[in-house]
Amino acid sequence: MSAADSMPGSVPRRVGHPDLPGHPDPSDHPDAVRVFVPRDSAARSVGADEVAEELLRVASTAGRDIDIVRNGSRGMLWLEPLVEVVTPQGRVAYGPVAPQDAASLVSSGALEGREHPLLLGAPEDAAFLAGQKRLTFARVGLVDPLSPEDYIATGGLVGLERALEMQRSQIVDEVVASGLRGRGGAGFPTGIKWRTVLDAPGDVKFVCCNADEGDSGTYADRMLMEGDPFLLVEAMVIAGIAVGAAEGYLYIRSEYPGAIETMQAAITIAYGNGWLGDSVLGTRNAFDLHVRVGAGAYICGEETAMLESIEGRRGVIRAKPPLPALQGLFGCPTIVNNVLSLAAVPSILTAGAAAYSEIGVGTSRGTQVFQLAGNVRYGGIVEVPFGVTLGDLVWGYGGGSASGRPVRAVQVGGPLGAYIPADRFDTPMDYETLASVGAMLGHGGVVVFDDTVDMGRQARFAMEFCATESCGKCTPCRLGSVRGVEVIDRILAGDDREVNLALLDELCETMTDASLCAMGGLTPMPVRSILAHFPEDLARGDVRPGTVPLPESFR
Amino acid sequence: MSEVAPGTSSEFSEERVRAVLDAHRSERGGLLPVLHDIQGELGCIDERAVAMVACDLNLSQAEVFGVVSFYPDFRASPSGASVIRICRAEACQSMGAEALARHATESLGVGLGDTTADGSITLEQVFCLGNCALSPAVMVNEKLVGRVDSERFDALVARARARASGEPQP
Ligand SMILES: Cc1cc2nc3c(=O)[nH]c(=O)nc-3n(C[C@H](O)[C@H](O)[C@H](O)COP(=O)(O)O)c2cc1C
Ligand code: SF4
Ligand code: FES
Repeated sequence: MSAADSMPGSVPRRVGHPDLPGHPDPSDHPDAVRVFVPRDSAARSVGADEVAEELLRVASTAGRDIDIVRNGSRGMLWLEPLVEVVTPQGRVAYGPVAPQDAASLVSSGALEGREHPLLLGAPEDAAFLAGQKRLTFARVGLVDPLSPEDYIATGGLVGLERALEMQRSQIVDEVVASGLRGRGGAGFPTGIKWRTVLDAPGDVKFVCCNADEGDSGTYADRMLMEGDPFLLVEAMVIAGIAVGAAEGYLYIRSEYPGAIETMQAAITIAYGNGWLGDSVLGTRNAFDLHVRVGAGAYICGEETAMLESIEGRRGVIRAKPPLPALQGLFGCPTIVNNVLSLAAVPSILTAGAAAYSEIGVGTSRGTQVFQLAGNVRYGGIVEVPFGVTLGDLVWGYGGGSASGRPVRAVQVGGPLGAYIPADRFDTPMDYETLASVGAMLGHGGVVVFDDTVDMGRQARFAMEFCATESCGKCTPCRLGSVRGVEVIDRILAGDDREVNLALLDELCETMTDASLCAMGGLTPMPVRSILAHFPEDLARGDVRPGTVPLPESFR
Repeated sequence: MSEVAPGTSSEFSEERVRAVLDAHRSERGGLLPVLHDIQGELGCIDERAVAMVACDLNLSQAEVFGVVSFYPDFRASPSGASVIRICRAEACQSMGAEALARHATESLGVGLGDTTADGSITLEQVFCLGNCALSPAVMVNEKLVGRVDSERFDALVARARARASGEPQP
């Protein structure tokens, strides 16, 4: 069985020399060269496991002792698998490495950081990283994600230790003062939510972390969980202490087996080290953390549907009020926060709220973790202060399209987000500006399309996705989306174009105004952005129903 | 995750369902973990399992069935030996996921959601696998694969077929 077939359960945390089974700790063979090969799922999806295996084999044949550490990814995904060698002068990167490159790497002296066609230099000098301000992703790619020693050596637990010295309300005040807003989509101020939970009556409270990450074009939650799982553990413990909750649930989508496995391993280690359990860091604070796995429903990313799912029911939206902060999980006051919102908290407590709130623009404080995706040359994680323009992201960091063709549109904020045309790329990326141009930041996904994209088809897809993923509770969404697909089909076919365009507009209005949650309420956003910016793609009138998309229909 | 347990024996076993129920006894609201594990053990969640779970957790069979049918991961009948899921969400669309899906359905001769006649492969669609910078993405059982073109897809199929028939893998 080759590594390609092995299950994620078999990702070795650290692979020692094959002659030293059971001695994976580098202190057992201090002369070994440390080599980093990411364990991130994206890196593994293009062969990182095979590269690690082959490097080990080739090195062993050459009589070289190497110690392979499976780190997170630096987030330069076009360079994966990115291999880093630790030399006396620092880390030296090579990439993208294929298994068949292992032999030439070892023979040409890559284990000493020497010249090779794949040599990239010091990873931190990469232009893609040099301009970034990594706070949340500071540790991802640098450390062994499951090493508590690495975690502490890089500033881990300092935030929690500070929290343990503070009053609950002081912790909450600090988060309020930082200006941190929710990174899951709605952008609600995190500290205000925490204060509501803190002030809510009740002995039993919960912290729920939303790791459902269903938006196309987003993968930062996954990379953080795989690359720095202890940060999320620490953040959830801090949240629990801040509001008086002794139990947390981490809801991870089932499409992320690597993140599930890594978080479970990290939680076990955290219990073993006394970071979780009855006495957090030896104090009288208790905090237990459970992982729950989703089951393929996009709507379970909506917070109330997620709570239903954790309670063991269908993921159907709950009407608000009551707010989950007052009556959430099992009817108790509950914090629901996205992975990235929570993961910002330890650094806020470590460096102070002021250091965080100094960064950013307007009411968008701190850094945003953008995810460049789709038809983009340099796809990956760009963590920068709010206010960067879309053009900086797509053409600067992203290097334009992967196909080399002109970029025509970018969808920002997932399947419910707007398509923005290339002539609007001067738009600064912050909550308010995006809202003012009929768009939204969502979870920070930026999906690039070149000029071969058929925007009529994308409009149809938005409605079809809503029809597929609707929880079914309210009519505007459940039926409106199905009607939306039909109407767009007629427009694309050129039948009664004006009448059907008016009908589509009305339908969008009804869905926006009358849907119970943002699934139905925001599906019109991508559709309307296409009507506004790409009307020509709905005017050709040459597409017969049933021909888009292919294969004809979902399910 | 356990929702896809390709090639798992689909023979119903009261004992194994009982063991799963016992293992989750202390969990609050543990229906999803129970269903994931039953599917992991038995390959699907059929009527007999639904009946046992309902009885044990003091729910109606309709409630349990309602949950099973709501979530795309849960299946009432077993999958093929391997499950290949093609991402059809926007980032993958921008890199040719629709052409890949068409190639997959045509070359395997099945629709999305169907199993090949030899039982080796169930083909499914999925919306985002979190690999959107290395699109198009595919998941074979639990293994994520990036930058999949039709050639790479055919190689994945060949490997899955070989695995199903117990041949050495190409
Ligand atoms: C259809 C839909 C899907 C959502 N999916 C997610 C998701 O995958 N992850 C997430 O954190 N928030 C998601 N949200 C937003 C959540 O409802 C909620 O606002 C968020 O988890 C709150 O955390 P935050 O304040 O930290 O952002 C979704 C909302 C809707 C309407
Ligand atoms: S808008 Fe859609 S997803 Fe939201 S409650 Fe209504 S039917 Fe459910
Ligand atoms: S859109 Fe296909 S992996 Fe995210």
